[in-house]
Amino acid sequence: MISLHGRTVVPGYAEGEALVSPEPISGWGGIDPAQGRIIEPRHILNGYGFSGKVLVFPSAKGSSGWSALFQSTRLLGTAPAAMVITRISTKSALGAVVTRVPAVTDLDQDPCLLIRTGDWVRVDATHGLIEVKPASGRR
Amino acid sequence: MILTDDEKRMRDGAEGAAVAAAMDLLIRYGDALACDRLCDVRNVAGTMTQPSPVKERLVAHGGWDKAFAVINLDCDDDIEVPAMRVPTCQLQHGFGADAKGIVPYPQRKIELQQQAEAFYGRRGVTILATCTPYQVGNIPVRGEHCAWMESSAVIYANSVLGARTNCEGTASAGAASLTGKIPCWGNHREENRHGTHLIDVRTPVDGFLDWGMLGYFAGGVAGEEHPVIAGDLARPDLAGLKHFGAAAATSGGVELYHIPGVTPEAPTLEAAFGGARTPEPAVYGPAERQAVYDTLNSQGSRPDVDFVLLGCPHASVDQVRRAAAALDGRRLSPGTELWLMLPRALRDVADRSGYTAIIERAGGRLLGDSCPAMSRAAPEGTRVFATDSAKQAHYLPAILGIEAWFGTLEDCVDAAVTGRWHGSLR
Repeated sequence: MISLHGRTVVPGYAEGEALVSPEPISGWGGIDPAQGRIIEPRHILNGYGFSGKVLVFPSAKGSSGWSALFQSTRLLGTAPAAMVITRISTKSALGAVVTRVPAVTDLDQDPCLLIRTGDWVRVDATHGLIEVKPASGRR
Repeated sequence: MILTDDEKRMRDGAEGAAVAAAMDLLIRYGDALACDRLCDVRNVAGTMTQPSPVKERLVAHGGWDKAFAVINLDCDDDIEVPAMRVPTCQLQHGFGADAKGIVPYPQRKIELQQQAEAFYGRRGVTILATCTPYQVGNIPVRGEHCAWMESSAVIYANSVLGARTNCEGTASAGAASLTGKIPCWGNHREENRHGTHLIDVRTPVDGFLDWGMLGYFAGGVAGEEHPVIAGDLARPDLAGLKHFGAAAATSGGVELYHIPGVTPEAPTLEAAFGGARTPEPAVYGPAERQAVYDTLNSQGSRPDVDFVLLGCPHASVDQVRRAAAALDGRRLSPGTELWLMLPRALRDVADRSGYTAIIERAGGRLLGDSCPAMSRAAPEGTRVFATDSAKQAHYLPAILGIEAWFGTLEDCVDAAVTGRWHGSLR
């Protein structure tokens, strides 16, 4: 079990399988809220679905529509279960708030390096605590 | 977060339920940023009128009050939208009535947007309907705290005008419009506004194309931080800086830059870095210039051009004049369309000046309010487009699945007239 400690962005608790993006994520032009998928052609996770996953990413990039696109995932029932954000900005802070999912930032270790896609992640955002159970086959 | 007495009153409902919901959103947003206070704003640029599938559904069930509550305030309660507390404008949105018969765009969406304009106009939202509010009467003064969306407008307001705004979102701008408040975070604070990266320009930068390419390079170098640009620069005009900023906000997430001797917070190179040590520069020379050009042209392989797009960000009157001069007496290729996007208020100026007539005689169109990327609409059957905008060359291939060519206004007009791309970096 790996533990990371950080700061609350949106309080709450959720757990789920991790989807880890090594690159920043775009909202507008970057995700399709109807499908809950990343759709940016040159993105390393192009085509991956994030619904119900713990979305781990370094930062938000692109248009100021970021938060509105993630809000749409909530309204369309395709939102991620939680967000773990390395570097917060107005786009990702507001995005996490209006998506209404537990979210944590400012962690003591780099979540994009420590957490791998497929790991099981418990996000206790109220206390800024993240616990990672590595997927079988890695340690 | 520490609230003033006035802010506590708003939070507790003294100004009504909508204002209380707005204050609640601002507190949650401020906490998410670890921000300890709000600051006063009296200039909001947001988005309320643009049709979207989610908004259409909300309007059908609960009217525009419901759409504003959910989308612009993140509030589930039934509230009535009061008058805006501070001056608020609508940025670019979907296509309007002038697009009928030109743009393949649903009539239903045009009508929905017209209803929205009437609803929000009655509540004090000024329908500027442009990504460049600073071109049509909303020009913040230096040091003015604003709550603006639209990355190309945010970078212009911060850098060229010396105003102070973060890149806000739909809900934070909505909440600011009803409260006159926004978290005092990031660009609102003096200590966060200094340069972080130095770009040493060693190839002549002059004209619209070169300012855009330099911006695209600067965004790649600085990411979300603050590049300082110095070296072999001609004095830029409004259009050059508009293009530079849009490109830097596209390739990176730049919200603020300095050009010593040009932008207001950088009288000197030393001032741009706030007295801190000047960092090692990233060099922008002929090789880097060529590399940016090649990147922006890496999404085109077929030379047949169906569509030419000018005016991203929305064109200045001077850009319209130059487009008219380039098209004067010429005629578009039968298989090619040319659209020039601009604020509708400037369309009136273009009409009176005769520019519209020249462009339309050649077969081109002037369109207000929107752009192909915002509305996901290009001429029917478009496979290859050409543009003078680094931002559209970056986004539109992904959004519409089409090929892109990037070049000068003259290259684009040549492509529109001949139907073929002949551009090259000179």
